[in-house]
Amino acid sequence: MSTPSTHSQPGHENEHAAVTVHVRAYMLVFGALLVLTGVTVALSYFDFGSMQANIVIAMIVATVKAGLVALIFMHLNHERRQIYVLLAFTVFFACGLFFLTWLHYWDPIRLPH
Amino acid sequence: MDSASAHHHEEHHDHHELGWWQKYVFSTDHKVIGIQYGITGLSFLLFGFGLMMLMRWQLAYPGDPLPIIGKIVENVLGEEAFKDGVMASDFYNELGAMHGTIMVFLGIVPVAFAAFGNYVVPLQIGAPDMAFPKINMASFWSFAVGGVIMLVSFFVPGGAAKSGWTSYSPLAAVNGLHENMWMTGQTFWLLGMVMLITSSLLGSVNFITTIIQLRAPGMSWMRMPYFVWAQMVTAYLLLLAFPPLEAASFMQLMDRVAGTSFFMPSGLVVNGQPWAVAGGGSPLLWQHLFWFLAHPEVYVLILPGLGIVGDVIANGTRKPLWSYKGLVYSTMGIGFLSFVVWAHHMYLTGMGSKVSTFFQTTTVLISVPSVVIVTVLLMSLWGGSIKFTVPMLFATGFLPMFGLGGLTGIPLAFNSIGLYLHDTYYVIGHFHYIVAPGTIFAIFAGVYYWYPKAVGRNMNQFWGRVHFFGSFACMNGIFFPMFLQGMAGMHRRWYDGGAGWDLTQNVLHWNPFMFWSAFILGLFQIPFILNFFLSIKFGRLVSDNPWDATTLEWAAPSPPPHGNFATQPSAYTGPYEYSHPEVAADFSPQWLPLPEKTETLRGDGVTEKARPNLVDQAMVDSPETQPRA
Amino acid sequence: MEIPYTVTPRPDTQLWNAKIGIWLFLASEVMLFGGLFSGYVFLRLGAEPGFWPHGLLNVPVGTMNTAILILSSVTVVMAWASLKMRRYTHYLVYLGATIVCGLIFLVVKLAYEYPQKFDHFGIYLKEEARLKYEPYLGNEHLAKKGLAPRTEITGHLHAVDISRDGREEEVEIHSPSEVSHLAQEKGVQILGYHINLDTENADPTNPANDRPHFWHKPPSEKQAHVEAKDVLWATAFLPKHSNYFATYFTITGLHGLHVFGGIVVFTYFFFRSRKMYDAEPEHLANRLEVAGLFWHFVDLVWIFVFPIFYLL
Repeated sequence: MSTPSTHSQPGHENEHAAVTVHVRAYMLVFGALLVLTGVTVALSYFDFGSMQANIVIAMIVATVKAGLVALIFMHLNHERRQIYVLLAFTVFFACGLFFLTWLHYWDPIRLPH
Repeated sequence: MDSASAHHHEEHHDHHELGWWQKYVFSTDHKVIGIQYGITGLSFLLFGFGLMMLMRWQLAYPGDPLPIIGKIVENVLGEEAFKDGVMASDFYNELGAMHGTIMVFLGIVPVAFAAFGNYVVPLQIGAPDMAFPKINMASFWSFAVGGVIMLVSFFVPGGAAKSGWTSYSPLAAVNGLHENMWMTGQTFWLLGMVMLITSSLLGSVNFITTIIQLRAPGMSWMRMPYFVWAQMVTAYLLLLAFPPLEAASFMQLMDRVAGTSFFMPSGLVVNGQPWAVAGGGSPLLWQHLFWFLAHPEVYVLILPGLGIVGDVIANGTRKPLWSYKGLVYSTMGIGFLSFVVWAHHMYLTGMGSKVSTFFQTTTVLISVPSVVIVTVLLMSLWGGSIKFTVPMLFATGFLPMFGLGGLTGIPLAFNSIGLYLHDTYYVIGHFHYIVAPGTIFAIFAGVYYWYPKAVGRNMNQFWGRVHFFGSFACMNGIFFPMFLQGMAGMHRRWYDGGAGWDLTQNVLHWNPFMFWSAFILGLFQIPFILNFFLSIKFGRLVSDNPWDATTLEWAAPSPPPHGNFATQPSAYTGPYEYSHPEVAADFSPQWLPLPEKTETLRGDGVTEKARPNLVDQAMVDSPETQPRA
Repeated sequence: MEIPYTVTPRPDTQLWNAKIGIWLFLASEVMLFGGLFSGYVFLRLGAEPGFWPHGLLNVPVGTMNTAILILSSVTVVMAWASLKMRRYTHYLVYLGATIVCGLIFLVVKLAYEYPQKFDHFGIYLKEEARLKYEPYLGNEHLAKKGLAPRTEITGHLHAVDISRDGREEEVEIHSPSEVSHLAQEKGVQILGYHINLDTENADPTNPANDRPHFWHKPPSEKQAHVEAKDVLWATAFLPKHSNYFATYFTITGLHGLHVFGGIVVFTYFFFRSRKMYDAEPEHLANRLEVAGLFWHFVDLVWIFVFPIFYLL
C-alpha cells in the first residue's frame, strides 16, 4: 500500500488514487469468489470418475479462491521481500507436514499377522 | 506496539510513575521479563532436578524407603505416591513424565531461549526494547500459567501425567481414567502444553520481528553476534514446529474429554475391556505430529546454548570466531534439516524400510552442520590467549560434553542400531549429554557472563570455579554410566532400575554411583545459588564492560535503564573484533569505528607478524567489517 | 529511546513492525491448521471403506456461511480502504458490517448447524450383521454401481429397548443424550434402537440416493429396529461419532474461536478508534490492516474447510 517514501503524512492525492484502484479490484475479487463458491458446490454433484479426481478438482478451485484472497485482500501481490522470505520458510515446513501423510501411505507399516 | 510516538510525552511521564506491580511483576520491559523468565526457569530446573533425584533413589535402592523426603511427599500427595516411605510405581511414572516435561518446556527453553533472548538480544542489536512489549508480557504470563497448571496437576485425582514426556497415545488417552476427565493429570498436561506453546509462539513472533526490525544502524546481518543468529533460528523453529503439536494436543484433548478416536485404533482393549470408541484412528499420527515438533525442539534446546558459548569463546580467547560465517550458515542449515529428520525417533514403530532409509539419510546429513559448528568452536580456541574466567570455563567444558553427546547420537541415526538401542539408557545418556552438561553448562556460562550487565556487580569467581569443577565431575558421573547400562540393554522406563532382569545384573552397581553423583551435583549447586543472590548486594562492583567485550550490550550502562541506551548506538564492525592488529587494546568494540588505517590493510604495509593468521585476515578483509561509508 | 517503526516503515525492510509480526503469527497459524488438515488426510486415507461418512452436513447453510465470510473479508478490506481515504464514517459502516457478518456466521454455526447434528443419531453395524439390514443399506445395489458400501443407519432416534434389572421395557427418547445417560445407569442394558430413517436408509436402492443431496431432507416416517447385538458403535453426531465428525468439530471449533477473536478485536476498534484516528490516522489504518490480515486468513481457512467437510 504505502510507498517507501511515505512517512507519517502520506502523499494524499496519490494514495487516494491508488486506493480507488484497489477498491475496484476488491469488488471484482468479491464477485469471483462468490462465483467460485457456486462452482465448488456445483462440481461436487458431478462425478469425475473417482473420488481422487473429485477431491483434486475441488482442491484446485479452493486453491484458486485462497490465492485470490491472499494475493488481493492480503496484498501479497505486492508485498516486501522479507514477507516472501518468511512465507517461503512456512511453505517449506508446511510441505513437510503433508509429506508426513504421504510417506505413511507410500510405504505403510506392515503389521505381523 | 502501543508506545506510539504521538503519546510520547504522556508515556514518558508514565515511566516515572510506574507502580511496583507494573515495574517488577506486570512489566513490559524486556530486561525485567528476561529476569522473570530466568528466575522462574532456573527454579523449574531445580524442581525438575528434584524429581530426578527421587527417581534416582528408587533406581539405586529399589523398594527401600526414602528417608525424610519419602515421608514428606507421602504427607503431601498421599499413599498413592509413597507408602511407608517407598515409592509407588505409578508415582515413578509421574516423575518420569514430569521430569522430562518440566526440564524441556519449563526449564531449558524458558532460560536458554526466553530469558537470555529477552535480556540480551535487544541489547546486542542496539534496540530500546522488544518490538511488542505487551505481547512479551503476555508471553511470560501465559508461560507462568502453563507452569502452574503443570504443578497443580500433581494434586488432581490420580496424580500428574504419567505416560512419558512424549505422551504416546493410546496410553496417554486412556491414562488416569476418572468420571470427570477434565480433572486428570494428563488433561492438565495437555492444557498446560497449550499455554506453553502459546507463550512460545508469542515469544518467537516478538524475537523475529525485533531482530528484523530493530537492529541498530550498521548492524547488518553479518555483523550480528552469533548469539542473535542462534536465537533467530531458534525462534523460527519454535514458530513453525510448535503449532502441529498444539494441533495434536487439541486432538488428544478431544480423545480424552470428548471420546473421539484420533489416535485410538479399532479394536483397542484396555484393562481387559474393549475400549468403547469409534476407533479407526492412528497412534502413529500422534507420534508423527509430536516428533514433528520434538525433533526441532532438540535444536531449540541446544542452539541458544551454542550462541552463548560462541559469544563467550570469542571473548575468552581474545580473537574472532574462526569462520563466523560458517557458523551462521551451519546454524541455518540445521534449522532447515531439523524439520525432515523427525521419524528417526520412530524406527521401532515398524515403519516401512523406504521411510526408514529416508530419515536415516537426512539424520546423517544433519550431523554435517552440527560437526561444522563444533569444529568452528574448537578451532576458535586454537592460537588464542585464553582467559579462563568462569564463563569461559563453562564454555570450554561445554565443548567436549556436547561433542560426546553429539557423537553418541550418530549410531542412533542408523535404523538397525536404533532398533537395538531404542528406549535404553544409551538414548537417555546421549541426549542428556547434549542438554545437561551441554545446554545447562551454556546457561551457567551465560549467567556468569551477563550477570554484571544485569546487576552492575560480578559474581564471585572462586565459588564459580568450585561450581564448575564440581558440576563437571558429577555430570559425567551421572551420565557416562548410562551408555554402559544402555548397551547392556537396560530399558529407560524400568521402575526397579533393572534389578529384576538378568541382562542388566552386570551394570546394576552403577545405579548407586549415579544416585550419589546426582546428590553431590545438587550440593555443588548451593554455592551457585548463594553466589547468585548474595552477589546482588555483595558482588564486586564492575565497569560497564568488565570482560572487555566487543558486542553492543556492553555499550549500555549496567544495569541498563528503561530504553537501554542513552543515544542510539551504531555498529561499525563485525561482532568479534578482538586483537585487531591496528588497535592497541586487545578488543575494538562494535560501537566504535576501527582506526582509519584499516583501509590499507587490504593491500601491503602490514607484515605477516601483525596478522595472527590468515583467517583473521579474511575477517578483516571482508566488506562486512569495514567501517560504514 | 522509544521503539521505532511502529507506524512508519523501516527504510531497508520497508515494513513496520506489526506487519512482520502478524505475518509471523499467520505463518504459525498455517502450521496449526496444517497439522489438523494433515491429521484429517492421514485419518481419511486410513479409514476403512464405508467408514468415512458423506453428505451429513447442511450444504445450503454452509454455502451461505461461506458467502457471508467472503463478504466480511470484502467489508474489512473496504474499511481499511476507507481509512486510507480518510472517510471515517465509511470506515465505521464497513467495520460494523464485518462484525455483523462474523456474528451471523457464528450464530448459524453454534445455534443451528451444531445442534442439528447433536440431534441426529447414527448406528454403525457389525460386518456380519449387515446382510440382515440390507433393506436399509442397499449394499447390493451400491456394489453394482461400484460405490462404497453403507455401514451405518442414520436418522432420528425414537425409542430404545432396555433391560432394567432383568425386566425389558421400551423407553421413548427425545434427545440422543438420554441414551448415554440411560446406558450409564446401574443395571440398565440397551437391547435395541428404534430409529426414524434418513432418506438414504429409507429408500437405499433409489439411484437418487446414491450421492448426497444439495437440499437437506428431513428423516422419513419409515422406522427401523436395530438390535444392540448387531451394533458396532452407536452415537449421536457428536465428535465421538467418527473420525469424520471428530475432525469436523475440532477444526470448525478452532476456526470458530478464531472468528470470535476477530469479532472481539473489531468490536474494540469500532468503539475505541476515534481518538487514534484524530491523532494518527495512519497508525489506525496499519492496525486495521493487521487485524484484517488475520481476518482474511480465517476466511482462507474456511475456503478449504467448506469443500473438505461439506462437499467431499
